[in-house]
Amino acid sequence: MIQYVVDGIVVGATLALGAIGLTLTYNILRFANFAHGEFLTFGAYFALVFAAFFASAGTIGPLTFGWGFLVAVAIAIVLTALLALGLDRLLFRPLRRSDVTVTLVIASFGASLMLRNVVVFLWGSRPEYYSRNIAVSSEIVPGVRMSGDEVFVVVITALLMLALHLFLTRTSLGRSMRAVSDDPALARVAGIDVQAVIRWTWFIGAGLAAVAGILFGLTVQISSEMGFNLILPMFAAAILGGIGSIYGAVLGGLIIGLAQSMSVPLIGPAYKPAVAFLLMFAILLVYPKGILGDRS
Amino acid sequence: MSAAAGGDGAKALVVRDVVAGYVPELDILRGASLEVRDREIVTVLGPNGAGKSTLMKAIAGLVPVRSGSIRMFGDELVGVPAHRMVSRGLAFVPQTGNVFPRLSVQENLEVGAAARGARDGLSDDLGRMYQLFPRLGERRRQAAGTLSGGERQMVAVARALMSRPRVLMLDEPSAGLSPLFVGIVFSKVREVRDLGLTVLVVEQNARAALAISDRGYVLAEGRDRIEGEARALLENPEVGALYLGARQALA
Repeated sequence: MIQYVVDGIVVGATLALGAIGLTLTYNILRFANFAHGEFLTFGAYFALVFAAFFASAGTIGPLTFGWGFLVAVAIAIVLTALLALGLDRLLFRPLRRSDVTVTLVIASFGASLMLRNVVVFLWGSRPEYYSRNIAVSSEIVPGVRMSGDEVFVVVITALLMLALHLFLTRTSLGRSMRAVSDDPALARVAGIDVQAVIRWTWFIGAGLAAVAGILFGLTVQISSEMGFNLILPMFAAAILGGIGSIYGAVLGGLIIGLAQSMSVPLIGPAYKPAVAFLLMFAILLVYPKGILGDRS
Repeated sequence: MSAAAGGDGAKALVVRDVVAGYVPELDILRGASLEVRDREIVTVLGPNGAGKSTLMKAIAGLVPVRSGSIRMFGDELVGVPAHRMVSRGLAFVPQTGNVFPRLSVQENLEVGAAARGARDGLSDDLGRMYQLFPRLGERRRQAAGTLSGGERQMVAVARALMSRPRVLMLDEPSAGLSPLFVGIVFSKVREVRDLGLTVLVVEQNARAALAISDRGYVLAEGRDRIEGEARALLENPEVGALYLGARQALA
């Protein structure tokens, strides 16, 4: 059973990183961006492309990849963030003027479909892997086996969350982002350049999505459908944690990851997606605004 | 033009014949004018719907100005984006929704200083605000949304002051406050002026606002109708009529 807990944390970490971006864009731009899943997919493929350039760099310790891969990750983050900024400029920003939120949501559905097709066009629909090396699991504590890559996933996620927390609470830009999410009109009055803050929100949200996609690719596989398959559990995570709350997204991601993983020995893997939603419904019945949602 | 501009330079705020409204066909301000001299407290009075809040928002760049001019220490403000007003030296405290509810008191104040650019002096400024509003010092870690109405108003004013403005605009600072807090807020407005600021206040609570003001304007139907010394306005029967007339019409 403990093994399932550990597996759940690994999946939950990926979901949490993706859900943070969803919750950030929801909070500041006030719409549910269904194209967010494709940021994970693009991030994973960008890293795949650039990892090939640096493949000769060898591997680090028990990991299946080397320093070159980390360079590829950095490039993928930037490219995915630029993709999100481009999408905002061409699609979402003109539509934001209409003030009809549902327009944005439907547009993001369309963008999701289109981006998924671009992925198939560019990279094909066959699943890919970053490495042909086999990730060897070893027993870390009695009864728990983790591969080096899985440990990496959990550690990187924890570090990124800590960094995000410090960014949001200790830096001027981070506080401005939270101010815009609290009240965009007042933020403008207080002298904050709201457009600049929106650009940073896309950059950070999409950057974290790229990392989530890459981590998923490391521990599972890379495919054109991965973002689409992850978007609903990510939404479930963001909503049950309390949409708009970053810590809620992290908590929600872990809860969904754990629930999906632990349902496997109980009812079999076929029902994993349903478990996420059943849990979301159950939690919303008790906490209508999510566990860490705004109760004011 | 140049002569007028030179003369305006000595004045903190000169609003001239401003026509403005939220939607193109509907002008709320129909040629409003007023002047505020350096380090003066000026109150704008008027019945509901007279355009008092719209006037403040037009000055703050939040409502499109169709014609007329707004000069602050000689600089034209019409056309300046709202978020750049702070760096021009103008701070605005809206009537409602004037704090960031999920940010702590201290974070609200820090956000106020963000647009100033300069990072130095932040802790000095925070210290000054906690001196001006000791209550906020006690609650600096508390989320602003959990404070009482009066405390929120203090946060809003302190947030505005953190940008080190030359002109402070307050939209109905006494709205929804208990008489005790109304007194506190207006006495703070006086203290703020004594620090060297110019203050423009919009108020329903005419008596309390005029008591601390140097001069006042009465706005009606989008235009300035009466201008005078605060004391004179308090005794002016016409001011009472405009006021009470509006109140009776509402009741």
